[in-house]
Amino acid sequence: MSVNIIKLKIDGVEVTVPEGTAILKAAKDSGIIIPTLCNLEGLTAYGGCRLCLVEVSGTPKLFPACSTPVGPNMEITTQSDKLKEYRKMAVQMLLAERTHICSVCVADDHCELQAMANQLGVDHVMFERNWSQDEIDSTHDFLVIDRNRCILCTRCIRVCDQIEGVHTLDLKLRGKDSQVIMDLDEHWGNSCSCTSCRKCAKVCPVGAIYIEGEPIEHTKKRDIAEFIVERRNRR
Amino acid sequence: MEKDDKQRIMLEKVLKEHNYQESALLEILHRAQEIYGYLDKDLMMDISGSLNLPPSHVYGVVTFYSFFKLRKSGEHVVTGCLGTACYVRGVEQIMEAIEQEFKLKRGGSTADGKLSLLLTRCIGACAMAPNIVVDDEVIGKATKEVVTQKIREVLGGVKAET
Ligand code: FES
Ligand code: FES
Repeated sequence: MSVNIIKLKIDGVEVTVPEGTAILKAAKDSGIIIPTLCNLEGLTAYGGCRLCLVEVSGTPKLFPACSTPVGPNMEITTQSDKLKEYRKMAVQMLLAERTHICSVCVADDHCELQAMANQLGVDHVMFERNWSQDEIDSTHDFLVIDRNRCILCTRCIRVCDQIEGVHTLDLKLRGKDSQVIMDLDEHWGNSCSCTSCRKCAKVCPVGAIYIEGEPIEHTKKRDIAEFIVERRNRR
Repeated sequence: MEKDDKQRIMLEKVLKEHNYQESALLEILHRAQEIYGYLDKDLMMDISGSLNLPPSHVYGVVTFYSFFKLRKSGEHVVTGCLGTACYVRGVEQIMEAIEQEFKLKRGGSTADGKLSLLLTRCIGACAMAPNIVVDDEVIGKATKEVVTQKIREVLGGVKAET
């Protein structure tokens, strides 16, 4: 099977990649890093967080780099004032949607959302905050989920389905009511399919899923996530 | 019990018709709701097992669409349209009148389970706003007098066809 090789420009740099490659990957291969939150290499793209938006010349629309394939002769811009504003707004909306208080969070200092806010210079939230008050589910032997910190990136759902292969987790409802659920919305301790593999906790970018009594930096050690992903890519 | 078995046989027929294809989930859920009236957890578990789909996936689909019901609704169902047009035309006052007269809250049922009051967004008949649906009948240009009268009628044993 022959693959078409495509030429395009990212931030002025000429790049050649196989047709169908996601913009995010094409950029990364030539050393250009685009901010992401929901994306995790090795899992399918989801396109939920909108942090990876890029500009494509010739259209006023913005495209999510993680889930948009490259096209021939595309000219892509990954950094601009406009993009920075949008990315800051995306982070602020995530912060406003639920209850994010870094100082009392298990993931303080090891949180991708916090890091992203710092990196982009988000120093305030211009939206009214929702301050959700969902019950924390600690019925599982050691896995805990605090949905107030969840940003609905669905990494846990994807890793559970695509790597562990059990699909215990999924999303219920829609919009602001969306929640990560176990089986038929059971308490985690009553889940009949969960294998307690901990992958969900390892890939959670924030402090929503964690392991009771284990330091988060230990749970989220990047090389473990990379290991999972590498195994996946090898298949 | 006997009724249960009949329903299960009907469901099995539907499943067979679709060859137990996971891609037919939505259609099967529709038919299942027709058969049982609502989709409870046992039923969702049953369907998830028959189609070999994760339970959480089935639950996610069921809760995504407001059409699906997780609980048994009352014998008679009144649905108020809270779409923009109906809202502007004063559907709210009619809803309040229903709540007061029949002593129930929107989203809930009367204590005797005879009547449920539900909400929906735009039923696509904006020209006739405000719209209230009583059982299967759409009442356009509704007023609280007409609607409460209609509800009294269906509750009063005048047989509403289903
Ligand atoms: S990383 Fe592309 S939308 Fe989240
Ligand atoms: S808003 Fe009620 S029918 Fe359209």
